[in-house]
Amino acid sequence: MTPLPPPGAPLEHYVSAAPFDPMSVEAASAELKRVYQASQLRLMWWKFRQHRLAVASAVLLAAFYLMILICEFLAPYNLHTRNMDFIYSPPQRVRLFHEGQFVGPFVYGRTMTLDMETLKREYADDRTDIQRLRFFCRGDAYKFWDVIATDIHLVCPAEGGEMFLLGTDRLGRDVLSRIIYGARISLTIGLVGISVSFLLGIVIGGLAGYHGGVFDLIVQRIIEVIQSLPSIPLWMALAAIMPVTWSPLVIYFGITIILGLLDWTGLARAVRSKLLALREEDYVLAAQLMGANSSRIIGRHLIPGFMSHLIATATISIPGMILGETALSFLGLGLRPPITSWGILLTEARSVSVIAFYPWLLFPMVPVILVILAFNFLGDGLRDAADPYR
Amino acid sequence: MLRYVGWRIAAMVPTLLIISALVFTIIELPPGDYFESYAAELRAQGEGVDMGQLEALRAEYGFDQPVVIRYFYWVAGMLQGDFGYSFEYQVPVSDVIGNRMWLTVLVSFVTIVFTWVIAFPIGMYSATHQYSWGDYGLTFLGLIGIAIPNFMLALILMYFANIWFGTSIGHLMDQRYLGEPMSWDKAKSIVEHLWIPVIIIGTAGTAGMIRRLRANLLDELQKQYVMTARAKGLHPFRTLVKYPLRMSLNFFVSDIGSILPAIISGAEITAIVLSLETTGPMLIKALRSQDMYLAGAFLMFLAFLTVIGVLISDLALAILDPRIRLQGGSTK
Repeated sequence: MTPLPPPGAPLEHYVSAAPFDPMSVEAASAELKRVYQASQLRLMWWKFRQHRLAVASAVLLAAFYLMILICEFLAPYNLHTRNMDFIYSPPQRVRLFHEGQFVGPFVYGRTMTLDMETLKREYADDRTDIQRLRFFCRGDAYKFWDVIATDIHLVCPAEGGEMFLLGTDRLGRDVLSRIIYGARISLTIGLVGISVSFLLGIVIGGLAGYHGGVFDLIVQRIIEVIQSLPSIPLWMALAAIMPVTWSPLVIYFGITIILGLLDWTGLARAVRSKLLALREEDYVLAAQLMGANSSRIIGRHLIPGFMSHLIATATISIPGMILGETALSFLGLGLRPPITSWGILLTEARSVSVIAFYPWLLFPMVPVILVILAFNFLGDGLRDAADPYR
Repeated sequence: MLRYVGWRIAAMVPTLLIISALVFTIIELPPGDYFESYAAELRAQGEGVDMGQLEALRAEYGFDQPVVIRYFYWVAGMLQGDFGYSFEYQVPVSDVIGNRMWLTVLVSFVTIVFTWVIAFPIGMYSATHQYSWGDYGLTFLGLIGIAIPNFMLALILMYFANIWFGTSIGHLMDQRYLGEPMSWDKAKSIVEHLWIPVIIIGTAGTAGMIRRLRANLLDELQKQYVMTARAKGLHPFRTLVKYPLRMSLNFFVSDIGSILPAIISGAEITAIVLSLETTGPMLIKALRSQDMYLAGAFLMFLAFLTVIGVLISDLALAILDPRIRLQGGSTK
């Protein structure tokens, strides 16, 4: 800093050497710039990431869906493998130490005695029989995805031994393996069902929102009626229609369609109201003035604007479908064996006596609860993230 | 107000018409009819079937008429209180259903009251203590209630009630009161058995209601009149009770429309598992044996129950909130 010149003397001409940027005051900080320049998807991702539970749920669900891709490999036994010597065997514990010594993961062998008074099978651990688990091992032969014949499993019992981590059912089938296989049906039924209702919802809601008028009025009325009806009795009635003679696969698709048929109303309503609101936006007017036809406006400008909302709405309605399938199967109106879903597995635990004597048959409830909670949290997170500008 | 009531009741007519068409379609859809499955059953038991007699029966019940005409017969019959004939029980449907309908109404009604009693304080707490541990915990508890399938909860509660209280809690009343007319003892027995189904069915609806009540109350708490009240020094509790709570009370009444279908759905499944003397177990039996008029009457009744429930909540809302009842009229 140069000292001031004496009074009366002219001020020295000063030029700053720094480069001059007239926009420097208005320019945003790097942080703000990052936010403003981010694409909508990126903003959504940031918003979604803040919802910790939703992220955790997404990871869990991804793991579950990965699981159904390779469930033959993950399950220690095949779906229908029966072990006649181990009927209603309780869960075995995986242990690491035998009498204070580290052995690695193993289970104790089991001996079965029949209680002659109650005719109940009693199983006891045989402490001398150490059965070490094998990993990436050969077990039941299966066809991977019905194509590749192989017999490699992630984990199998020791040679000649057995391992039932979640017990066995009345035919001596491994509950854990059946839960893993059941995920295939239970988890996909929600997705297929939601695609049916997605299709119906977008087409019907889109037509109603776009055309308006009488059609809109009728659709509105029908939606109101369907939404005010108790869904499970209707599902039951529709499921009862399917003849017994149908093959299990056809019944599977029948069930998904039934689940979708009553579920499209929420989506249709969302599509309609969004379409009505967005139709008045300036960018639609701009597109119209530039000569875009209505199908282009809907497809290119309107639908991307609320797709995220639709996906969030769809996610929230998946748990209802999974529960619906479980309930229908439990009541004997849905899927039937040999197709195995979590609902079918739970039918084994239909009576109180089963809960009293063989409580491990209730294990299929755990993945049901987990998946439904996860879908709920994920739906919450997606709904918050769907509108990142708020 | 009268105008609103009249308008609202008139609006029910098309709704019920659509529902009846839907229900009739559903019960008509299965290939074949009761007589065919009856004949098949007889054949399976090795008995001869007189086709002529079957045809005569068909003609008697109007099964040889076209579908549309049968639909009109059905609707006209229902208007006169004639719900058709139950082939399985060989008596008019209304005789079979009778008491069960009232018990369904009773269970649903008590469940709704239970849902309110539980959801109201929790929703209030969650909204006023947003993002606190209590809020998270209660929300989570509610979610668990959604996630556990009703029927499993029913089984498990049945088991534990048996162990802890020694009561057998299938059924809605003690078996010896089954055919009896209503008496003080029977009512007492019903009350003793009622709480289990009510808890089970209530869990599903409660969580949703807590969630919506919380969101609603949170919206209300952010409004300016609340800020004004706080600014002039009103006690927080008084501020809450005086206005926002009354506002969300409206919502509370109107929300019945969205929880009632869920409650009735849950009631059906729970009733089947617990073999309650309500419509559930009979509905599924009728569906299985294609006893179409019985099933149709049940479906119609359940739908009617929700429609009436929504009507009552709408009317209560109109009494509570003058804005709604004035909207329908011309006064402004």
